[in-house]
Amino acid sequence: MIDPEILIRKGMPRGYFKDIFVRLALGSVTYLILIIALLLFARIIIDGAPAIFSTKFPFVDIEFLTAKNETLHVFDDAEGTRHQLPASKYNEYLDAHPGATIYNEKTFSYSGGGIAGPIAGTALLTLGAIILALFFGVSAAIYLAEYAKQSPFIHAVRLAILNLAGIPSIVFGLFGFSVFVLAVPVITNTPSDRSLLVIPLLINDFALSFQGWNSSLMAGCATLACMILPVIITASEESLRAVPQGFRDASLAMGATRWQTIRKCVLPYSMPGILTSSLLAITRVAGETAPIMFTAAVAAKDDFPWEGLSNPFDILSSQVQALPYHIYTLAARIPNSEFTQRAQYGSVLVFLILVAVLSFGSMLLRAKLRAKLKW
Amino acid sequence: MVNSSTEASVSRDTAVQIQGVNFSYGSKQVLHDVTMDIPTKQVTAFIGPSGCGKSTLIRCINRINDRIPNARITSGSIRVHDIDIHRPDINMNELRRRVGMVFQKYNPFAKSIYENVVYGLRIAGVSKRSELDEAAEKALTSAALWNEVKDRLNSSAFGLSGGQQQRLCIARVIATEPDIVLMDEPCAALDPLATLKIEELIHELKQNYTIVIVTHNMSQATRCSDRTAFMYLGNLIEYGDTMQIFENPSNPQTEAYISGRFG
Repeated sequence: MIDPEILIRKGMPRGYFKDIFVRLALGSVTYLILIIALLLFARIIIDGAPAIFSTKFPFVDIEFLTAKNETLHVFDDAEGTRHQLPASKYNEYLDAHPGATIYNEKTFSYSGGGIAGPIAGTALLTLGAIILALFFGVSAAIYLAEYAKQSPFIHAVRLAILNLAGIPSIVFGLFGFSVFVLAVPVITNTPSDRSLLVIPLLINDFALSFQGWNSSLMAGCATLACMILPVIITASEESLRAVPQGFRDASLAMGATRWQTIRKCVLPYSMPGILTSSLLAITRVAGETAPIMFTAAVAAKDDFPWEGLSNPFDILSSQVQALPYHIYTLAARIPNSEFTQRAQYGSVLVFLILVAVLSFGSMLLRAKLRAKLKW
Repeated sequence: MVNSSTEASVSRDTAVQIQGVNFSYGSKQVLHDVTMDIPTKQVTAFIGPSGCGKSTLIRCINRINDRIPNARITSGSIRVHDIDIHRPDINMNELRRRVGMVFQKYNPFAKSIYENVVYGLRIAGVSKRSELDEAAEKALTSAALWNEVKDRLNSSAFGLSGGQQQRLCIARVIATEPDIVLMDEPCAALDPLATLKIEELIHELKQNYTIVIVTHNMSQATRCSDRTAFMYLGNLIEYGDTMQIFENPSNPQTEAYISGRFG
């Protein structure tokens, strides 16, 4: 016969204080992380908001988003009023006030005007990289998931692709520089002096010259595409494998070829997964600085990439500004002061909003496509 | 000369000739020297306990087993209408179109009912709407599904019940007008009422098609097949008219299985 009294505790249960301590410790670590994140976001939003939001309708500073980047001139006029004007407005001011005396003039590079150039450059880089990466990545994933025999060699290939994801982005930047900027072949009638190899094509002086694409939009896109290929290939392969085997069996048993089966019965159903993963890859492409530093980005550019081109395809060979590189330039390559803050925090906030919109978009897209497809 | 003329006379009412087939998954042999002739426009049932090789055998007839790595016929031959299906110049797509297959787990595509039925025609290159419409109606009518789905041809196939989905899969197969329809346990995932409908359908279809059906259910074999093959451990134990197999089996193993003493 047991003594029912043992069911009633006397004093504190065993390990009571230890349990409370562990709970508090783990909780405080979690909330500490949250506080750091919140402080970071709060600082960016508070300091960046004046640059892109305004108190007047339409509450967004259109100029910051659509104007080109300029040097900021800060000066006092004869009455002692302080002016902050971007270079173009500064010149207008000088024209409007001929002979005006200007005191305490200071200039701040990149800090005036807007950030339309970097936004456009980032958009072009991202678009190009995603198109390249999707084409090559999905092709490779289809081969790996649908065609290749599951041999040790294929496993090694898959492992190698996975390991690519762990390579630091600066290494991709240097790789892109040495391959896409300096070495890939181009067809030209005026091979450069530093070309590694020139193979004459025997048609009007044209030659295949291994001289690279220089620092250009296409070199940047190719480098960024290489960087996200492992993500796209792995995610696409998984999405392809998630399509029920029954679809393939049924299609092949109807006399369809392999490719017909893939095109009609596998790819359509793996698209949600492929698109979601590539949308996440977009945020990564848009945010990377290292791969484009040597391959595509410039700190200052007076024209949009598409301006002043004789041939629309020349846009591929033009250098571009890019948002992450612009942030880096503003933060590390110019002296900071109260006058550079607007551009700095504004750029970061715009970038954060961009990433948030893309992430949110990918969540919506995934939910929508998942709801439509079920098996 | 004599030989070839007898072979020709055999092949007129023989749809599939299986001769001395040995089949292995890697090093594991699952079929041992199976020889049988499957007659045209009749229903032939393969029965036997799980793992006896009946599904493997049926999947050899349209070479869908080719998809499995290391799975291959090590010796023997399978002839469909007297053509060796392993000859190097075989047109696999045409073979699989002529030898349709219905799977154990109904597997319509995640497309509309209409697109499911016309899938085989579309991949064969038919794109004329009137031709597709006509074939869809004909196939769905043959599969006894037309009246149930004619008003919602464009809604998803997944909205149908399990039995309807399996009949849709049958309609999808017969839309391309094959000669032989292979059914790998078509009722395994269905309730008794849906099973009954499929069995009625099999009875109708044998007017026009040679049907081979794998089943676990012995009463199903008696209800709907003309010939029955009993397989055990990869061997064909006994093959003959269904009535004879079930009422007067000549092999003691067959008798033991059908009377429920094992399996």
